[in-house]
Amino acid sequence: MADAKTPAERPLSPHLQIYKLTLTMAMSIIHRITGGALYFGTILLALYLVAVASGKDAYGIAAAVYGSWFGKLVLFGYTWALFHHMLGGIRHFIWDAGAGLTHPARETIVKATLIGSVALTILAWLIAAK
Amino acid sequence: MKISPSSLTTPRARVKGLGSAKSGTSHFWHQRVSGAALVILTFAFVCTVMSLAGADHAKAVATLKSPFTGIMMLAFVLAGVYHMRLGMQVIIEDYVPSEGTKLVCLMLNTFFAALIGLASVYALLKISIGL
Repeated sequence: MADAKTPAERPLSPHLQIYKLTLTMAMSIIHRITGGALYFGTILLALYLVAVASGKDAYGIAAAVYGSWFGKLVLFGYTWALFHHMLGGIRHFIWDAGAGLTHPARETIVKATLIGSVALTILAWLIAAK
Repeated sequence: MKISPSSLTTPRARVKGLGSAKSGTSHFWHQRVSGAALVILTFAFVCTVMSLAGADHAKAVATLKSPFTGIMMLAFVLAGVYHMRLGMQVIIEDYVPSEGTKLVCLMLNTFFAALIGLASVYALLKISIGL
């Protein structure tokens, strides 16, 4: 244990920049990015709920900020991230079950999650704006 | 299972099957279970938020006060903060190489999830029970 404090020089496994970017790989990266975005986005949810609980004045400020064009843009992005991460999770359930792992099936599932998340986001905003 | 005579694992540890991190597959499994709950709860959450678009304070309170909506929101928040804490833990473990920084980040991750959860639950209960 004499050399216990010297960090061992271990070989590094190749990372992102070494591989050709594929759709499944991009979706995997986006799954993590949307997860991280949703993580910090929960601040918006907590602030909104606290504003409602605090009363009319605080709610007025929150409603004005969230209803502004910038607020709506962020919330639109949050909606997409939420749906995309949710569909990505369902994709992982399918793969966890050992299904859909052939090359054409992988591509189909990945495209379906992308199209599905955009469709669900637009649908939700159209209904909310009715 | 045939046990290799050179294995250093004790028979008991082998039976428990929890590996070197002592938690086995529980992190993975909890991530899946909370994720499955969130698939359902996300739809309830998005529907609630959609109905709150452009609402005044009285309508927002009335919406969140309804028992069904309130319970769904509580469930969404609790499953959400649990799920996101597990997810961020993996990201930290993947990208923070230094043990000290990692420890601090993991701790802050727990604090953040707890704070978001507590603030949201407090607000929801205040809205439902008295305002």
